[in-house]
Amino acid sequence: MLFTENILVALAGLKANIMRSLLTMLGIIIGIASVIAIMTVGNSITSIVNSTMQDLGANNLEMGVVQKSQDNKTSDSGANYGTGYVRDMTDQDLITQDMLDAFKAEFPDDIKYVLKYENVGEKGKVTEGSKSANVQVIGYNKDNFEFKDKKIIAGRGFLNRDFENAKKVCLVTDKLVERLYNGDNDAIIGKQIEANVGGSYYSYYVVGVYEYVQEQFSFGVSDNPTTELIIPYETARVANHNQNKGDYYFTLVTSVNTDNDEFATKVRDFFNINYYSRNDAYEVMVVSMTSMMNQMNTMIGAIQLALSAIAGISLVVGGIGVMNIMLVSITERTKEIGTRKALGATNGSIRLQFITESVVICLIGGIIGIIFGIVLGTVAVKLMGYEAAVSLSSIVIAVGFSMAIGIFFGYYPANKAAKLNPIDALRYE
Amino acid sequence: MEDNIMLDLRNIHKSFFIGTPNEFEVLHGLNFTVKKGEFVSIVGQSGSGKSTLMNIIGALDRPTAGEYTLDGIDIEKAKDHELSALRNKKIGFVFQTYNLIARTNALKNVELPMMYAGMGRAERTERAKMLLAEVDMTDRMHHNPDELSGGQKQRVAIARAMANDPAIILADEPTGALDSATGRMIMDIFHKLHEEQGKTIVLITHSPELSQETERIITLKDGNIIGESAGHWDRAAKEVE
Ligand SMILES: Nc1ncnc2c1ncn2[C@@H]1O[C@H](COP(=O)(O)OP(=O)(O)OP(=O)(O)O)[C@@H](O)[C@H]1O
Ligand SMILES: [Mg+2]
Repeated sequence: MLFTENILVALAGLKANIMRSLLTMLGIIIGIASVIAIMTVGNSITSIVNSTMQDLGANNLEMGVVQKSQDNKTSDSGANYGTGYVRDMTDQDLITQDMLDAFKAEFPDDIKYVLKYENVGEKGKVTEGSKSANVQVIGYNKDNFEFKDKKIIAGRGFLNRDFENAKKVCLVTDKLVERLYNGDNDAIIGKQIEANVGGSYYSYYVVGVYEYVQEQFSFGVSDNPTTELIIPYETARVANHNQNKGDYYFTLVTSVNTDNDEFATKVRDFFNINYYSRNDAYEVMVVSMTSMMNQMNTMIGAIQLALSAIAGISLVVGGIGVMNIMLVSITERTKEIGTRKALGATNGSIRLQFITESVVICLIGGIIGIIFGIVLGTVAVKLMGYEAAVSLSSIVIAVGFSMAIGIFFGYYPANKAAKLNPIDALRYE
Repeated sequence: MEDNIMLDLRNIHKSFFIGTPNEFEVLHGLNFTVKKGEFVSIVGQSGSGKSTLMNIIGALDRPTAGEYTLDGIDIEKAKDHELSALRNKKIGFVFQTYNLIARTNALKNVELPMMYAGMGRAERTERAKMLLAEVDMTDRMHHNPDELSGGQKQRVAIARAMANDPAIILADEPTGALDSATGRMIMDIFHKLHEEQGKTIVLITHSPELSQETERIITLKDGNIIGESAGHWDRAAKEVE
């Protein structure tokens, strides 16, 4: 009962001094707005990073051949100390298909795919008459092709023999067909197309068209995006004249039930014990995508927290501003306080009245701040080209926080008002 | 003590502390009683201590020494929150400067003491409307104080003083800021409350004519009561008429 009455009185007071009220709220508005904006941007980036990583495969392990850490080896040959560099990578250091086969045989339940790719060229161009389309010519191994599971909308996907015999076949996107063949997907099947990669020409028979999906980490929409012209891995090695006996980088796709952090150790041990124990310079390193994701999230979270804390300083300044204006308001209204006491207001009800007023100021400031913050954060995220993810929890926290500021910084002035001697307050001029 | 006594003041002293070593005594041991239903006026020169006395009677201030009982309650022993309740329920204040709460309309002003008393919203609004009707302020009950004339403000203030049906009305120069015609109207309201509702009223006034309208006149000079006289108002006479 007193509660709603107090809110009405507070609102009437604020309305009577709109300019003063707004200036008082400014610190709170700016503080809350920046915290909300930071949270919105941070949360959006986190969710984009996570969903991108999820797309890449949260169940993935990244595995590669790296320099051995040289701590125990270079102590006597100071020259290498610190750089860890011993020698260039040679064929003996690579992971061969035989090793992979043994590896797969060892962990049949955990490994779903071993992804390999061989990049031929990222800045390729396919021309048809006066029209051209940008392509990245890239070779996928069979596992990679199956894992990526591209949606074939015309023709066919790759067959075993395409991989085994390094057939000069390719898959193109509907985007490319759209640019070069007016979207006639069937017309391009069986045609030989030529990709110009920095002056070198590569020609392949188109066996299928797959649906182009725009990547999440791309800025804006281009009408000539670079799309993947997919060829078999073996074909790509031929194109690159790659005579190496193996590769030094793989992505492992594990089964859903596999604990990746645990499995990462097993994979590392398998290769390092079986194949790299006598290697003087190289070994295998494995990183799980989940641990990378966690690291990334922790990092973003920390940055977010640090920025929010800085923005939070303005909340403290805002709170002090509110306290200041409450003290002014109480001095101005000393006679009113005296009158209220003469009419029977207890110290408690006076205290409650002014705390309510300070909470109302902070809450309104907080709500304005939340609105500004959401707009600011959303615009910022949109400018970066992503969908904004406003977090509900940050709004709830902001509301709670502004109320807490109102109570904290309103208590002292309100208590001062409550403790006024009625007759002194009434006589105040 | 007789139970028809509303106010009983004995040897009331009041000093103000105005910096060491000075204690400035304003009231020098006053003794007087006011009966229930009595209409008393207090007169005296400016600075004689009338308001100081009124504040003590109204439990807004405590005497430095002496005993004071209001409607049987020992004020000296009462705690702060008990004094709040006492002011709320037993006393109706009417000030020279009206003291309406700003930005709060007449109706809400009248509701205020009832709100502090914990009365429900519907009930207090209804009563506030009734009280405003009694002082002929129904038309203007939704106006804020800055939209009312002095006389109108004082009528609202009187309605507010009556909110919790107090035992006693304390009015410190209620007509002091009003022209004589408006002052007359305010006095008529006091007479009505006195006669029809039997309210005890203590009125401070500078006007000899107005004080003559009350039952008893207490004259203060330099913090002492220097005289008591009967006013021209006479209940018995009125009742005979
Ligand atoms: N809080 C105070 N501190 C110091 N002196 C005070 C205080 N209140 C009143 N006085 C002094 O007490 C004396 C009586 O004041 P009071 O207000 O009671 O006079 P009054 O009779 O009501 O005068 P008026 O008719 O002008 O209203 C004055 O001299 C005044 O200066
Ligand atoms: Mg006075």
